[in-house]
Amino acid sequence: MSVPFYVSPEQIMKDKADYARKGIARGRSVVVLQYDGGILFVAENPSRSLHKISEIYDRIGFAAVGKYNEFENLRVAGVRLADMRGYAYDRRDVTGRSLANAYAQTLGSIFTETAKPYEVELVVAEVGQDADLDEIYRLTFDGSVADEHGYVAMGGQADEVAEALGASWRSGLSLDEAVRAAVAALGATAAAPPGPDQLEAAVLERSRPRRTFRRLSADRLAGILGVSRPQPPAAGVADSPDLPSPGGEGS
Amino acid sequence: MTLERARGLPRSFMAHGSSFADFLAHSGQWPAPDRALSGSGTVDVPHATTIVALATADGIVMAGDRRATMGNIIAQRDIEKVFPADEHSVVGIAGAAGVAVELVRLFQVELEHYEKIEGLPLTLDGKANRLATLLRGNLGMAMQGLAVVPLFAGFDLDRGRGRIFSYDVTGGRYEERDHHAVGSGSMFARGSLKKLYRTGMSTEDGVMASVEALYDAADDDSATGGPDLTRRIFPVIAVADADGVRMLPDAEVGEVVERVVGARLTSPDGPNAPLPGGAR
Repeated sequence: MSVPFYVSPEQIMKDKADYARKGIARGRSVVVLQYDGGILFVAENPSRSLHKISEIYDRIGFAAVGKYNEFENLRVAGVRLADMRGYAYDRRDVTGRSLANAYAQTLGSIFTETAKPYEVELVVAEVGQDADLDEIYRLTFDGSVADEHGYVAMGGQADEVAEALGASWRSGLSLDEAVRAAVAALGATAAAPPGPDQLEAAVLERSRPRRTFRRLSADRLAGILGVSRPQPPAAGVADSPDLPSPGGEGS
Repeated sequence: MTLERARGLPRSFMAHGSSFADFLAHSGQWPAPDRALSGSGTVDVPHATTIVALATADGIVMAGDRRATMGNIIAQRDIEKVFPADEHSVVGIAGAAGVAVELVRLFQVELEHYEKIEGLPLTLDGKANRLATLLRGNLGMAMQGLAVVPLFAGFDLDRGRGRIFSYDVTGGRYEERDHHAVGSGSMFARGSLKKLYRTGMSTEDGVMASVEALYDAADDDSATGGPDLTRRIFPVIAVADADGVRMLPDAEVGEVVERVVGARLTSPDGPNAPLPGGAR
């Protein structure tokens, strides 16, 4: 008779957490920050169509790092939850807090109950009537949730990016200043900051009625950053928002 | 709605698909409207009446009167029956008001839901087909007298022009040329539009023609409400062009209505169409 191999719960959880952290650390970073007119999302993402930043509802946006198929699953579920609540009750009854709670429960149960945890980190942000009422929730792979103020960085070099952003962020930044601070922070660990064609950016614009989410085009970013117009991507080069494969060179 | 609290989002939330109506039907989270009613007999409910739409040089104009009737009673004198469906299309409704307004609400969420999940909006034909499918689901209620007849119009970004679609209660979808009207006063409105319509007319002329058509419908159909100058209740008018949908503010519609009603004081049947003999 074989004796079942005993592994302590602490060890299992630690192994899962290490696995998820390693996966997330391989990806490129995303920053979310408040500016005077709302909330800005900037991601390093060479893909034009596979998004890391998305609209969930009128005043709620979503940003993610990690494995694309996993956070895309969560994004779609969030859109469904929001649209269902808005349809069942009223558009004003859809809140970032309830969405963050649903994500926390989902991530938490996936982390404890399945062999492979999700390798993702999310931000759910809701733009309020004024800057004090803005809500930014950061969710990690194990379902823990934190209420953030001002700015958030996640992904590969999250600590370095957050440090750089902490030095340049203050409340009441204009959109142009916020974009420049975000891009400089994303490039903190590289030789040069990413160009407009390597970036995905969007805002939740406080003053807009109803749907506040707007993407910032590469041309607009080029204008703000004061660099030349982005070049079309080279043929034969794959652009993926996913984290690079473990055997890949990483970035 | 009951979320499985301890386990997070239910499995149906993670499934494939970009239709909100299908998700709603299969999620078990929310009772989808009971389209096939059991029981017999009819119920007396408010009915919405006349909607007109026409294509202009820049896009489309859609206008609806403000009356809802229940038998010989005016159930509501300021009901709204023309709605933006999304950023480039509008939908107007005639028929059982409660069912129709709910259909519009579901249609609006359906379009926005698709756009958010897929990352780009449906084509205008896709939207028109989707409305047909939603309408077909209402056939059981239509058989019992709760029919809904929508009119859908919008600016087709691919073709660069406005287009109009009409429907029957079974979900049949028909593209209309130039102009169309639905509802109890639609025969009179269509007759009026035929004489007033010009290919490539401006949006301003289109708004004027739609108000004239609604006036003619109200003139001969008791269920269609004419412009109410004493209460300042005017038709709801939506314009869709390359820049998107715009609901005309009351002040703007009021000016057009005053011109139309003013002209009718001297010529009660409205503008004359020219004849070869020069008769006026």
